[in-house]
Amino acid sequence: MSTLTTQDTFDVLLESAPQNFSALRTAGKELYQSAGLPVAKAEEYKFTAITKKLEKSISDFRAASPISISKNQIIESTFKGFDGYTLVFSNGKFLPELSSQIEGIEVSGLNESTGGVGTIAKAEKDAFAALNQATFNGGISIKVPKKVQVDKPILLLSFNQSNDGQVITPRFWIEVGDFAEVTFIDQSVGLVDSPYFINKVVEVKGGINSQINYYRLQHEGDQVIEVSNIETDVLADARFTSVNISLSGDMVRNNLSLNLLGSNCEGNMYGIYLLNGKTHVDNHTNVDHTIPHAESNELYKGIFDEQSRGVFNGKIFVRQDAQKTNAFQQNNNVLLSEDAIVNTKPQLEIWADDVKCSHGCTVGQLDEEALFYLQARGIDKTLAKGLLLYAFVGEVLEKIEDESFKNHVVGLIQNRLGSKF
Amino acid sequence: MSKDNQILEEFTSKEYEHGWSVNYEADEAPVGLNEEIIRWISAKKEEPEWLLEWRLKAFRTWQTMEEPEWANIHYPKVDFQKLRYYSAPKQTKKPKSLDEVDPELLAIYERLGISLNEQKRLQGIAVDAVLDSVSVATTFKDTLAKLGIIFCSFSEAVKEHPELVKKYLGSVVPMTDNYYAALNSAVFSDGSFCYIPKGVRCPMELSTYFRINAANTGQFERTLIVAEDESYVSYLEGCTAPQRDENQLHAAVVEIYAAAHAEVKYSTVQNWFPGDKEGKGGIYNFVTKRGICAGDHSKISWTQVETGSAVTWKYPSCILKGDNSVGEFYSVAVTNNMQQADTGTKMIHIGKNTKSRIVSKGISAGKSQNSYRGQVQVMKRATNARNFSQCDSLLMGDRCGAHTFPYIDIQNPTAKVEHEATTSKIGEDQIFYCNQRGIDTEDAVALIVNGYAKEVLNQLPMEFAVEAQKLLALTLEGSVG
Repeated sequence: MSTLTTQDTFDVLLESAPQNFSALRTAGKELYQSAGLPVAKAEEYKFTAITKKLEKSISDFRAASPISISKNQIIESTFKGFDGYTLVFSNGKFLPELSSQIEGIEVSGLNESTGGVGTIAKAEKDAFAALNQATFNGGISIKVPKKVQVDKPILLLSFNQSNDGQVITPRFWIEVGDFAEVTFIDQSVGLVDSPYFINKVVEVKGGINSQINYYRLQHEGDQVIEVSNIETDVLADARFTSVNISLSGDMVRNNLSLNLLGSNCEGNMYGIYLLNGKTHVDNHTNVDHTIPHAESNELYKGIFDEQSRGVFNGKIFVRQDAQKTNAFQQNNNVLLSEDAIVNTKPQLEIWADDVKCSHGCTVGQLDEEALFYLQARGIDKTLAKGLLLYAFVGEVLEKIEDESFKNHVVGLIQNRLGSKF
Repeated sequence: MSKDNQILEEFTSKEYEHGWSVNYEADEAPVGLNEEIIRWISAKKEEPEWLLEWRLKAFRTWQTMEEPEWANIHYPKVDFQKLRYYSAPKQTKKPKSLDEVDPELLAIYERLGISLNEQKRLQGIAVDAVLDSVSVATTFKDTLAKLGIIFCSFSEAVKEHPELVKKYLGSVVPMTDNYYAALNSAVFSDGSFCYIPKGVRCPMELSTYFRINAANTGQFERTLIVAEDESYVSYLEGCTAPQRDENQLHAAVVEIYAAAHAEVKYSTVQNWFPGDKEGKGGIYNFVTKRGICAGDHSKISWTQVETGSAVTWKYPSCILKGDNSVGEFYSVAVTNNMQQADTGTKMIHIGKNTKSRIVSKGISAGKSQNSYRGQVQVMKRATNARNFSQCDSLLMGDRCGAHTFPYIDIQNPTAKVEHEATTSKIGEDQIFYCNQRGIDTEDAVALIVNGYAKEVLNQLPMEFAVEAQKLLALTLEGSVG
């Protein structure tokens, strides 16, 4: 148990931060120190007592140094049927020697010549983004040039394990040129089931008419605490789609922000959380419509069993200039257990008048009649339940365009629902 | 576009109808707030010792509290030391009947369109009118008394039914509930008290009318409604204030207690002075309203039409404690010019098979901001709780905003909760459709808005529905973008 107070929890980490990006880090540090970790009543972290959790579960606030990864581990951790490029990370540090060479794409560790770092995921928005900016270790820069259509998905495979320290601070900088197309699959693997804290920032700078898919699978050990800030700028005629699948962890907080900056662009945010045990997942999404004629779609589906807890906060912000906006948001939840809790807050802030915005939110349970219907046809209750729950999240699974990743996720979900079908 | 602007112009230049004030001699407390003032108010009202203690306790807690800032409203802070906490029309002795009430006071109500006498008798409404801080007259007391219904001013209730007041005061909204409730508990001056005995169905609508007349005065009224087993009451509340450049504060508390099988329907048409079109003046309406469905099968229904106030901060709530109890909230909130409204409800499901329904319709025009903020909470024990929420926003003009902040917190797997919200404007095609059929734009807007708000307006008692509909049409005349 640590006896550190809220303010100096991360002092050790801040002091031992790497030397590069000194101006950026200083700014991050100042912002972090002035904001401080979220206090118990902070509106943005109202249902997710992350500070308390960190102080209780993490004893060593030093950075976890990279661990050596073998080729075999990479092969074992890559899901079946995957056909694409793999970029490997160990405790947030990019390992180029174990990663695929991708023709026509610039991939390198983050260095000061990268440019733009910190301009999209703004440190003033969130204390953890600021902390990441001050302390990120390594990081990666991926640049897809203009008009390049990456033929296969890029797997961002992160291996995590506490090592000396327990804090892992990955940072991804992704730049996609005009008319370029690319799909990312962001997957983390916990090597040892022990508590550690991941504080991740992903910045995606999309070009005009670019097509970007960002799929993410959170399926690490049940002692992992994670805060991620994913933020992207979507320019004119471009499309950005995020699919976030959360299956485990101790406490997970995902901040996903889309800034729609060009007309006729489209931002999509989809997510599934299928939780059991004591897992707590908090999805905070934010769509900022700044210009006319843009569209955003959001669909998050949650299934909560045992003592799990789900928090959803979806914010659609339509600025005064953003006329002719179409923004849709939907959050559906199923509670399976007496002890599960759902807190959801679909939020609309609209400053323009000629818009079509809607949000819907439900919390309920399986339809008894549908269950009976299936049972009457000789399907046993467990299987019937599994089928219905699978159908419930199916709508989100359909959004995954990469077949092999979709099959992988389907397999994991079917396993969790206790039946193969 | 020019046509739109012209119509908007016309509408925004519309003056507040009830913005007159009357000079009458008032009996006022000194400006400022301290324990002395509270003792002064208490002494003035000849209150028993326990109530003074209660006020002082609330005041001491209030001093330790901070003004809430989470709401989506911005306004210059209220200087609580510059307000006057008690202002009563001067009367030498208590009136026994309406004839003895100062004719000038009655004239005020006459101008407001509520006559306290025969006319209303025909309509069967019992009115308790509160001017500034003091209840002026209560009509129909005798008729109600025959049924055992107590409907009187709060100060009278303290004197004549202290046991009831003592039992229920602060039982639904504790004195330390929030900043403004604590302030109200410390300085409340008057209000209405209503008690419906077991098995009685109140034969007429009970009504209170509030008006702030004096300058720099805060109005802090307190309403307490107690409905015993198997009783029913429908309660109406209306408000206006004169037009003044300074902001005036209205911090009321309404408590409703519903026992088993009781039903209480509470309707408000709020038309406080909203400030002029630059946002100068107007009422700060910081109100705490809450009802508890304490007994099984009880029902509380809130209906509100909010058209006035510079700033509204109001969340009529239901605590659904009894099994099978029902809570309802119907709201139309209209904001125009520089008005800001942050309003909504809380439904706390505690008992089994509890049901709640929320229908909120926001209409924003001019440069106003209209927020819905609501919470649906299903506690662990609340098996088979059911909630349906719908909050729609209608935007008129491109300078206004509509915001939705629904909180949904569920701790029971059998709960069924639905929430849906939409935001839209009056479509050009809708207007065109009406125009084609010979309905001019002005009427078309009124038609569409009334249709949009119909679900809520239908919940209002007849007399109020007419008033509300007129108010809506008037407030929004021609303001289509």
